[in-house]
Amino acid sequence: MTPLLQIFGVEKRFGDRVAIRDISFDLWPGEVLAVVGESGSGKTTLLNCISGRLAPDAGRVEYLTRHEGAKDVWRLSEAERRMLARTDWGYVHQSPEQGLRMGVSAGANVGERLMALGARHYGRIRGEAAEWLERVEMDPARIDESPLAFSGGMRQRLQIARNLVTRPRLVFMDEPTSGLDVSVQARLLDLLRSLTRGLELAAVIVTHDLAVARLLAHRMLVMKEGRAVETGLTDQVLDDPQHPYTQLLVSSVLQP
Amino acid sequence: MIRTQGLSKTFVLHNQGGVELEVLKDVDLKVAPGECVALDGASGVGKSTLLKCLYGNYRISGGTAEVAGIDIAAASPRELLALRRGTVAYVSQFLRAIPRVSALDVVLDGRALRSEGEQLLLRLRIPMRLWSVPPATFSGGEQQRINIARSFLEPKPVLLLDEPTASLDADNRLTVIALINEAREAGAAIVGIFHDQRVRDAVATRVHPLH
Repeated sequence: MTPLLQIFGVEKRFGDRVAIRDISFDLWPGEVLAVVGESGSGKTTLLNCISGRLAPDAGRVEYLTRHEGAKDVWRLSEAERRMLARTDWGYVHQSPEQGLRMGVSAGANVGERLMALGARHYGRIRGEAAEWLERVEMDPARIDESPLAFSGGMRQRLQIARNLVTRPRLVFMDEPTSGLDVSVQARLLDLLRSLTRGLELAAVIVTHDLAVARLLAHRMLVMKEGRAVETGLTDQVLDDPQHPYTQLLVSSVLQP
Repeated sequence: MIRTQGLSKTFVLHNQGGVELEVLKDVDLKVAPGECVALDGASGVGKSTLLKCLYGNYRISGGTAEVAGIDIAAASPRELLALRRGTVAYVSQFLRAIPRVSALDVVLDGRALRSEGEQLLLRLRIPMRLWSVPPATFSGGEQQRINIARSFLEPKPVLLLDEPTASLDADNRLTVIALINEAREAGAAIVGIFHDQRVRDAVATRVHPLH
């Protein structure tokens, strides 16, 4: 078996400032990696570089495609990269408004990715959209409503359905729960947990919330000032942190 | 099945002026299949720390630890996860409850062993009306039994038990003793912390002192 995603020495600068430097890791099929660290540590920049959204200045991002083996993501054509992002990958934004099209119905938001894959049968697309609304615990009767009519938690679940409908193998998530009330967060976390497990989905989740990492991730990568200062199994990093920064992070929260 | 040589564990507290706490030093432990070794020593001597090192939860500072042929200190995260999935069960004193996940699902943990899980919950006297309830509101003893059920659901060749009977009443203590003995007779290598002398006498084949 080979890793699904391999990151080698990825680096990104903005002008003189180095946003991330020398980040390397492997992600295996079905594995969930949490990237933690405070604001400004480079978490989101890393996520963007490895998900084909922001070209790194150095390093390599290799993805194991379904039919053609491992490919350097940044050597693919723009069109190939877009195809990956629409089919084999998902990207869940912190704010659902960024990941949804607010002007079209819930059903269209979910069905759109199927159409990008060539689905044309309206009834089938609608049926599958309804099924996915149910899987993210939304009432399928609301399929024709606009996301504008939904609460924040519902929008976030709709965004997740939109991403998962094409059965991606890898999902990138940027603070997927942090904009939500605590009660809504717990529900979404449980949903994400059962979806990633049930679908054997690999995921990279950026979060500043160590409890989210504990619940969802197999492994963790701790970032500080653009560097990965510690990696390991989630329970190793949280229960026996080695780096001074990780120790500070873990001791600063109540029961991660 | 389990072998440590010169195992040591030191915690370095970087944010408390770099204080070093040497908890384990030079631990040599060997446990064969079919053995149940009780760790002995005063509170704070590092019994739980040793179990956590064997589980790969705490990182080993020096020496070696081998569990089912895997060098714990050198194992990749993937190898450790595979070891935990198939070979090593660890029963901690506390249950980490997950919001919205029912007691039965905590026990099954994604495994298709529903009838076995239900049998075990019956055996551990968890009332059926609680099976569909998330265990966050359960009593300490009930949570501990959920933990035990999860760890004993599949027979594992290595069991690490941290006070598995601490908050249990007499009947449930006997049930857990029976579960431990059945696992050992089936060939499991067991290391445990049993403060209760009655439990220790009933399950341990040997005592290993820690200093």
